[in-house]
Amino acid sequence: MLSLKNVSWRAPDGREVLKNINLDVEDGKLVVITGPNGGGKTTMAKVIAGIENSSSGEIFLDGENITACDVTQRANKGISFAFQQPVRFKGITVRSLMEMAAGRSLDKESLCRILSSVGLCANSYLQREIDSTLSGGEIKRIEIASVLARHTKLSIFDEPEAGIDLWSFKNLIDVFNDIHKNLDGTLIIISHQERILSIADEIVLVSEGTVKDKGPGKEMLRKMLASQSAQTACCRQEELFDE
Amino acid sequence: MNSINSITNELLGIVSDWKGSFKGAFNIRQDGECAGRFSSPNIKIETKKDLPGIDIRVAPNTKGEYVYIPACVTKGGIDDLVYNDFFIGEGSDIVIVAGCGVHTESDSEARHNGVHRFFIGENARVRYEEKHIGTGNGSGDKVIDPVTDIFMEKNSYLEMETSQIGGVSRSIRNTKAKCAEGAKLVIKERILTEFDQVAETNFQVELNGENSGADIISRSVARDNSRQNYVSTIIGNAPCTGHSECDAIIDKNALVDATPRLFARNSDASLIHEAAIGKIAGEQILKLRTLGLTEEEAENKIVEGFLA
Repeated sequence: MLSLKNVSWRAPDGREVLKNINLDVEDGKLVVITGPNGGGKTTMAKVIAGIENSSSGEIFLDGENITACDVTQRANKGISFAFQQPVRFKGITVRSLMEMAAGRSLDKESLCRILSSVGLCANSYLQREIDSTLSGGEIKRIEIASVLARHTKLSIFDEPEAGIDLWSFKNLIDVFNDIHKNLDGTLIIISHQERILSIADEIVLVSEGTVKDKGPGKEMLRKMLASQSAQTACCRQEELFDE
Repeated sequence: MNSINSITNELLGIVSDWKGSFKGAFNIRQDGECAGRFSSPNIKIETKKDLPGIDIRVAPNTKGEYVYIPACVTKGGIDDLVYNDFFIGEGSDIVIVAGCGVHTESDSEARHNGVHRFFIGENARVRYEEKHIGTGNGSGDKVIDPVTDIFMEKNSYLEMETSQIGGVSRSIRNTKAKCAEGAKLVIKERILTEFDQVAETNFQVELNGENSGADIISRSVARDNSRQNYVSTIIGNAPCTGHSECDAIIDKNALVDATPRLFARNSDASLIHEAAIGKIAGEQILKLRTLGLTEEEAENKIVEGFLA
């Protein structure tokens, strides 16, 4: 289980972005953290992964205090992180990234399995460099695949829907459904999208740096959609598809 | 003919596909002398009469063959200068591997200066691989100064992969090419300099024929106090396409100067250049750290991939 105890984070300009966050995430759950832009969702995800260091408070993973652990140490303790805007690398191939993620050489069958789970054909992508020739949708899927290749106990996805085309988005929902069914671990997804919220076991509403509400997915979604304020926080996917 | 010594044996393994033998025509140069040669029915290798070096003649329409011409300097105090000319018959499709290794265990300089000229016939296709490395614990400089002159006939194609993969104290790398109608030249250069090493690269490509083209891609890594100077010049004298790209990663006190130059001498010449120099992006290191790599491991992987 992941536990955040009184976690706060201050921006370099002194602004308090996370204010005394307390949250428990149970094993095996798909938890979606949602809320308005600038409310602290991504910061919270980065603080969990050690990409940002909390200003105060403590973080526990399976009872172990990991607050002092850096990014590498947390990664090796079983935390994975998919970036909202994946970075590109001249010269590093998709195969090489997957093998770095897995921490070992992978045979073609394993690579096919990982890439096909995000809708990519290994034959077309393994030797491709992760450079600017990849589209936004392709690099996003590769980012997700790099997390799947690690197969860790906790996987965090920061706005996986951002920057991808609608076709990729429709498939993304299936990808997360499959991951949830097949991956023996906990998923935290930062998202605004109703379609992603609708597959959550738990939803956590983060706004103004605090946890405003949390509860079972369906109940939270109903509550959020009914309230005026939540509607602005949650992008109605149907509207997006009607455009 | 000299026999191959253990240092040459090791260097050949690094700079060419040497596994105790070569499959195809070859000439092994060791400390300024020939240490092995074989001509195939289609690829003849002969000693030059007027200068140190060899002529490599590839018969027209030779397909799928390899020719290896590695050169090794295995001790300090050797300053090897060699002239090798390649005559590639029209319609051929071959691979040339021309690695060079210099080694010294003394305080004397070890130097190899290979002057290679390529005369590529009509419709011929050539892949040219050239790896350069310096080894040995001697304080003497390991110096490699390759000169490459390329003459491409109508509709010929040359892909040149040239790399300096470490240990070379100083190098001046001069490459010139002239491309006739429809000829295409692709150059991929990889350079790693460390410590106090200095590398200078000059490319000059003349696109003289209609629909000729050149693509020059250079990636380099400069570490420690090393210095690199890169100049590429593409001259479009005809309706043609030219592209040059220079990417450099710098670290610590290393210095890199990059000067991509384009000269359009015809209104239908289409020429592009790109150049970027900088440290490894922090986001790249961070991404690899989230995969469990340390900062140092992440940097090494990024450099390794960049120079692959």
